[in-house]
Amino acid sequence: MLLSKKSREALLGPLSKNNPVIIQVLGICSALAVTAKLEPAFVMAISVTAVVAFANVIISLLRNTIPNSIRIIVQLVVVAALVIIVDQVLKAYVYDVSKQLSVFIGLIITNCILMGRLEAFAMANGPWESFLDGVGNGLGYGLILIIIAFFRELLGSGTLFGYQVIPQALYDLGYQNNGLMILPPMALIVVGCIIWVHRAYNKDLQEK
Amino acid sequence: METLNLFIKSIFIDNMIFAYFLGMCSYLAVSKNVKTAMGLGIAVTFVLTITLPVNYLLENYILKSGALQWLGTEFAGIDLSFLSLILFIAVIASIVQLLEMVIEKYSPSLYNQLGIFLPLIAVNCAILGGALFMQQREFASVGQATVYGVGSGIGWWLAIVGIAAIREKLAYSNVPKPLRGIGITFIVTGLMGIAFMSFLGIKL
Repeated sequence: MLLSKKSREALLGPLSKNNPVIIQVLGICSALAVTAKLEPAFVMAISVTAVVAFANVIISLLRNTIPNSIRIIVQLVVVAALVIIVDQVLKAYVYDVSKQLSVFIGLIITNCILMGRLEAFAMANGPWESFLDGVGNGLGYGLILIIIAFFRELLGSGTLFGYQVIPQALYDLGYQNNGLMILPPMALIVVGCIIWVHRAYNKDLQEK
Repeated sequence: METLNLFIKSIFIDNMIFAYFLGMCSYLAVSKNVKTAMGLGIAVTFVLTITLPVNYLLENYILKSGALQWLGTEFAGIDLSFLSLILFIAVIASIVQLLEMVIEKYSPSLYNQLGIFLPLIAVNCAILGGALFMQQREFASVGQATVYGVGSGIGWWLAIVGIAAIREKLAYSNVPKPLRGIGITFIVTGLMGIAFMSFLGIKL
């Protein structure tokens, strides 16, 4: 085995049973606003994964030298520096998407997943496990983002990644795009439905 | 008139929760009863009202390209806008800390009401989001930025008190098992968002 049991848990747990968005309910803030189309959702997922993974590694390396009373500020500064790097890279290479994401790239700083993972995992574990945990949580977050964006773009605009998917013949028969899917409230309802389906299959996660 | 328009717009149409999903984490976590929701809502409004004008001044006199001109003409070409994220979050964190100390000294009763929520606000997306939207929309004056801060704070407060009241009632209803708790809260928030969309297009 390449990975020990604990590392595998750190990497794969967040994809379903311990998903940051639908189970821990973290990081909703910036998650939903970018899901009207697949492309920005995809870029957002990659950015968050990169920031969580590297912030986890840095904090994990520093964990024994950070005084406890100022750790929140230290974490914020590390995260903010990483987010600035991501922001500049996006502006340089995918300017259009960076424009679409607008303020939400900056808002990765206050994404609760970051603070949650830094506090709960990186402060207590070594750099390699922290890296895997960061990647796992980033992917778990990205997975939900992409599922939401898939449904919203497919039903709302009839496209995927900007390519027309629903054939013209269907429109000729009277099919219409559901404009409501593009609007912000539908993102919340789609998340509600994902939680519904997920918990219907995982009975132990249901709340009383 | 324009200012009043901005105020109404930031409460109802550009609502932090329903239009931009900002501050969702604390919105979902602290909306189990109306009383605590009220406290958090007031705290957020308070912090937004104070941090937005400060960040506005920072943006316009230090960060924007050419903003350093008041130091002398040789500084006119400097563009520090890439530093805005880190400075905004630093300002927010320190103002929250400062506020906490001031409130503790002068109004212990308010301090007790806000309790743990005050320090948590530093990492509330709504505050940083407000600052970033302020930067993006390029308001004309400090006054407008402040009005925007108050308005979006009140909008956030309305949303959290509304959902808390609904969740209190929801506790007695027969919700399908997998939807209980967080699932139904999402769906109700979505429905509230649709209701708030009816304000779209209001102009004074």
